[in-house]
Amino acid sequence: MHRNMYDTDVTVWSPEGRLLQVEYAMESVKQGSACVGLRSSNYAVIGALKRSVNEMASHQKKIMEIDHHMGVAIAGLTADARSLAKWMRNECLNHKYVYGQPMPSKRLCDDLADKHQRTTQTYVRRPYGVGLLVAAYDEATGPHLFQTCPSGNIYEYYATAIGARSQSAKTYLEKHYETFPESEKDDLIMHALRSLTGCVQGDGELTKENGSIAIVGKDQKFILIENDDLTQYLDRLEVEGGAAEGGDGDAMQE
Amino acid sequence: MASLHLNAATTAPSQHTKYPIVTGTSVLGLRYDGGVMVAADTLCSYGSMAKYKDARRIRTVGPATLLGASGEYSDFQSIMDMLEGMEQQNDNFDDGHSTDAQQTHSYLRAVMYQRRSKMNPLWNDLVVAGPNFLGLVDKIGTTYTDNFIATGFGSYLAIPILRKKWRPTMSEGEARGLLEDCLKVLFYRDCRALNRIQIAKVTEEGGAVVSEPYEIETDWSAASFATTKGGLEGDGGW
Repeated sequence: MHRNMYDTDVTVWSPEGRLLQVEYAMESVKQGSACVGLRSSNYAVIGALKRSVNEMASHQKKIMEIDHHMGVAIAGLTADARSLAKWMRNECLNHKYVYGQPMPSKRLCDDLADKHQRTTQTYVRRPYGVGLLVAAYDEATGPHLFQTCPSGNIYEYYATAIGARSQSAKTYLEKHYETFPESEKDDLIMHALRSLTGCVQGDGELTKENGSIAIVGKDQKFILIENDDLTQYLDRLEVEGGAAEGGDGDAMQE
Repeated sequence: MASLHLNAATTAPSQHTKYPIVTGTSVLGLRYDGGVMVAADTLCSYGSMAKYKDARRIRTVGPATLLGASGEYSDFQSIMDMLEGMEQQNDNFDDGHSTDAQQTHSYLRAVMYQRRSKMNPLWNDLVVAGPNFLGLVDKIGTTYTDNFIATGFGSYLAIPILRKKWRPTMSEGEARGLLEDCLKVLFYRDCRALNRIQIAKVTEEGGAVVSEPYEIETDWSAASFATTKGGLEGDGGW
């Protein structure tokens, strides 16, 4: 039974210099369904694949609005994400009350990362089992895309993906990200959807039920595009011939 | 016996500000074509005594915000410490975000209202100015923005003049002239005012600048100043 003596406490090192509980939490992000994010010089877009536990159940919400200028896509434990989103909404509201202007996204994401980090150094806590992609638009600094990890790390990206089979989406985004700065809203949304097609499980398909997109940007408050609103984009995808070029086969790499 | 001890505890001296000690009088502010101007004298009174004659009551906060204060001078100093701390934090973040005049105004509103709600106000009326912003926050957290603003005695003596003379197209020189006229009237009639003043401006191009103190010319030859009761008979005042 003594498979691993160093993974029962969050704060205890393994002899190899690893914090195993933190790594397990990172693993739960990889188990979550895929999320993608990308940005142009005026907009930030996030997309996600929603799961349903069975055919009679609804799909789990994956993208949440934080404020008019900010939203998150989540991979990992949904319950943890909801509690973090609640905290973020509260921070945004407080900032708006005190300063009369929207919360700068970098400041909020840094605080969010600190919140993750604290759990990795406190005996009585456990890491949050969720990774977030934060899409935001700040009046002063333009659009942003951040990724947070249970380990307390935070990264800013032009484009990235997290969650199950997300390598496929990353490969697609890496191939195309240099064209993103000039992209229009709809182009970004199409890129998000194309990158997501490679992340669908088995012989499943990207549908208006399991797809979810959100956009925020210059003169564009955060909006969620789901279900019937998503149809027009999925139709365009079908016209193009479905799956994304350069994205598909790479899913095998994971 | 126990009640005696309780009584001793409840009669401990109050730590709350109930009245100001060292006070500055009016602050004036107005918008003009190209910026916003703020003016105040440099006097801080200890009651009715003109105690400190070089108290700078207009300060810059960051590159493009002016803050003028009437009321308790020590509370103003503590507000400035707070804002300078905030500026330093902004610099440390180094992320392209800074606090502009509008945000400073909103922040001070939150601070002033919280303090008054604890029954321990910061005893100031504050004028906040940015290149395209002019607002007031008072000691209980009331706020407004306007084309011209005056605190303290200025709200009685300067506002009527500003209402009559202010125009949105005023040049920098006209704006300064009007503020000097207002401060002159205040010096004549407000016994806590001084003829040594500072004028500050904040513009998009030049940021916030506060002048060194200088004296304004006064003329005490008007009848109401020269002779008691202004030469009028009767006991109806001067």
